[in-house]
Amino acid sequence: MSSAMEAIKALAQGFATTFMHLFRKPITEEYPEFKRKLPARTRARIILTRDPDGRERCVACYLCSSVCPVSCISMQSAEQEDGRRYAPWFRINFARCIYCGLCEEACPTSAIQLTSFFETCERDILTLVAEKADLLVDHCGKDPDYNFYRYAGIVTDKGGKGEHEREAGPVNPRSNLP
Amino acid sequence: MLPWIAGFAVLLIKLALVLGLLLLAASYLVWLERKLLARFQVRLGPNRAGLFGLLQPIADSIKMLTKEDIVPAAAERVPFLLAPAVVAVTALLMFAVVPLGPDISIGGHTVPLVITDLNVGLLFVFALSSLGVYGVAVGGWAANSKYSLLGGIRGAAQMISYELPLGLSLVPVVMMAHSFSLVDIVNAQAAHPFILFQPVSFVVFFLSALAESKRIPFDLPEAENELGAGYHTEYSGMRFGLFFLGEYVHIQVLGALMAVFFLGGWRGPWLPPWLWLALKMFLVAFFMIWMRGTLPRLRYDQLMALGWKVLIPVALVNIVVTGGVLLQMGGAP
Repeated sequence: MSSAMEAIKALAQGFATTFMHLFRKPITEEYPEFKRKLPARTRARIILTRDPDGRERCVACYLCSSVCPVSCISMQSAEQEDGRRYAPWFRINFARCIYCGLCEEACPTSAIQLTSFFETCERDILTLVAEKADLLVDHCGKDPDYNFYRYAGIVTDKGGKGEHEREAGPVNPRSNLP
Repeated sequence: MLPWIAGFAVLLIKLALVLGLLLLAASYLVWLERKLLARFQVRLGPNRAGLFGLLQPIADSIKMLTKEDIVPAAAERVPFLLAPAVVAVTALLMFAVVPLGPDISIGGHTVPLVITDLNVGLLFVFALSSLGVYGVAVGGWAANSKYSLLGGIRGAAQMISYELPLGLSLVPVVMMAHSFSLVDIVNAQAAHPFILFQPVSFVVFFLSALAESKRIPFDLPEAENELGAGYHTEYSGMRFGLFFLGEYVHIQVLGALMAVFFLGGWRGPWLPPWLWLALKMFLVAFFMIWMRGTLPRLRYDQLMALGWKVLIPVALVNIVVTGGVLLQMGGAP
């Protein structure tokens, strides 16, 4: 009999608890009106950045497309007038992208970067395929000072290391020996 | 000839009114449930379609009606197509015997505010609620899916078990009202509602009716986290909508029956009769939603044990005690 009374008491407590909740303020955040501040390292839509001189950073090395676990990045490499490589076309299929950020980690020139813009919903799946013109932006992204060619020039038909336009000379690796 | 036609027209008008109101109330009961359940869980609930989400039921019905009606290739076609209708129709028909108010007179004729005052109204209600089992069992079986079949079997077992305490709990009410007619039962409560004399019957009836309507904590036939959606797993579009509708009409019928058998039906001071009935139905619906926000689902053996080992003996003892007291007093109180 006492167990029955306990059961009834427990039931009443449960009902009272839920009834109290009826008068609490809902904790729902209404999304399109209220946008929560995103964490600093949020990974979402991918961009192609430029170096501080305003030139494209991408050297079409294919590292991002080969590291991509879902193979959503594709490009073509070619040489510019000055012998440097670039990508005539660059394509990311956002319908396939899983926003893992491995492309950003693999990129030696800090060209490909993930931004925090995540509202990329589209009704037509083909509009999620972004071409180079859609990806290229006019700023340096997270790396405001980095310019690949200041640190790592390469030998081309036009000249050796450090002899190209806006390229620092090679660093003597033995300079810091004791 | 003319009075016959007039009577027929009045009947049609009453039917249209009751059906229309019942279906409208069913869709807004869904809104109420979603809203209240959300508030019990400290959420907001539907609030995008219209003010306070009030257009949500309309949006939902449009969605249901325009969705594709899929019949699985392995299903038994005819029973699969008919089963949802059985559930919805039996739930709707039960309302035919519920008195909505006292007789009114239009142009010298008295018009009873009940669709049909059957002298065996209570048996009619039981018959329909037993028939409702077929919709669940046949629908679950005809879909030819394991989850549906399990849901259907559970539904059949549960509803047959709880039919007994449901019937037994109303025997004292019939003994006190001296009638099976729902109109007479309401009239017998002119002085006091029966809940004052029959609190045990009231609890037994409420629990078994809850199990009949397959609501939490007795929603084992659906059991979405065990069986997908139980007996209506394979249904889509408006056929699923009919099951859904049946459930919410059932809540209203349950509210109306609780009101008629124990809470005095449409009787009450100050307010108009139809409002009293609506208020009592709303209270029962609110309590059921509250219960859904509070209690977990019972285990299957607990469900069966509660039905056979608690509710039926309690209802039987209650009948004997009521009979003894009525004999002592030499008639109805």
